[in-house]
Amino acid sequence: MSIATAFEIMLAAVLLGLGIWTIVVRETFSATVGFVAYGLLVALIWVRLDAADVALTEAAIGGGLSGVLLLGAAARLRDAEPMAEAAPGKLLRATAAALSVLTTATLAGTVLLLPDPAPSLAPASVANAWATGLSNPVTNVLMAFRAMDTMLEKVVLVLAIVGVWSLAPDSAWGGRPGPRHRADPYGVLAFLARLLSPVGIVVGIYVFWTGANHPGGAFQGGAILASMWLLATMAGLADAPPVSSRPLRLILVAGSGLFLIVGLAGLLFGAAFLSYAPALAKPLILGIEVAMVLTIATTLGLLLSGAPERSAEPWAP
Amino acid sequence: MSLVRDMISIAAVSAGAFFFLAGTVGLLRFPDTLTRLHALTKADNLGLGLVVLGLLPQADSLRDALKLVSIWLLGLLAGATVSQLIARAARQGGSIR
Repeated sequence: MSIATAFEIMLAAVLLGLGIWTIVVRETFSATVGFVAYGLLVALIWVRLDAADVALTEAAIGGGLSGVLLLGAAARLRDAEPMAEAAPGKLLRATAAALSVLTTATLAGTVLLLPDPAPSLAPASVANAWATGLSNPVTNVLMAFRAMDTMLEKVVLVLAIVGVWSLAPDSAWGGRPGPRHRADPYGVLAFLARLLSPVGIVVGIYVFWTGANHPGGAFQGGAILASMWLLATMAGLADAPPVSSRPLRLILVAGSGLFLIVGLAGLLFGAAFLSYAPALAKPLILGIEVAMVLTIATTLGLLLSGAPERSAEPWAP
Repeated sequence: MSLVRDMISIAAVSAGAFFFLAGTVGLLRFPDTLTRLHALTKADNLGLGLVVLGLLPQADSLRDALKLVSIWLLGLLAGATVSQLIARAARQGGSIR
């Protein structure tokens, strides 16, 4: 057994143990910390599987932003936790356990019963990379070969933000989302936000830009940009914009909107919906991606900020 | 030449792994929040630094080497800041145990 195999087995065992611990542990906060570590380990496993694009997304979304979201939820639930002490009944537990075992067995069976070699469109997508001029096959699939899925994914992001905003009380509608963060303007957090944000913005744009030819892309870059925005917000250096702001709403629909316009243009002037003219493929894809990275960064930041809670009065630092 | 580079890598990465191990043992064994943070920063600063140092001779280009160094610098910045924040919260909350 090689060292790499031993490492992989250990990684899988630790992941399994961490998953069980996250479910079993009593405190919400501990479970959240376990979940963040779980996300980072899953990212390592994706790296071992040579799926660097997925690993980047998993680390940014599964480990990072979901972690922040769950930590916020855990902090809000802390007061309500004593009330939820009543354990679910035996029948409910047994049913849940049976369903979980059934799901796991089905998944395991499906994986084990896959034909060898598993059916794959990977060679076809690599062979047709010339059509777009981009050499990262993942970006090719996302932006060209399965562009419809990516466009609908952006629509889902818009729907998600509508869902979060609809939790706002009437009095706060049109106001700023989330609590106003106050931090010492000369404190450690403000220092980090001032120092890290410029670096993070450059890294986010780099990860987005390099996605054309290397692992990376709009989602990963957007997640990094969103986290820099959240850092500045949490340090009290900036405030979330009011949800009634028209420029904000335009940015939120820019990604899916531009995608749709280019898609319809393909229907009118080209071969089919979302077909790019070969000469224009690369600039079109990059243009859509620029709009998408703005939309993704803004949407993720606003999803984490939560529903509008305050009036839209101008913010004074 | 490549033998020398490999020797440097093995020595530095091993030393880095030792600091990670020591930091983890300290995190598990030390009695209160501040000393645990002290142990943890050794893993972050020295451990990660030595691992990066060991990987530098293996980097293909100057670009990759600079990326590795910037990872260490960002790790230093994040580790130092988060330790400060946790230590401050622990002192104010009085939960040093």
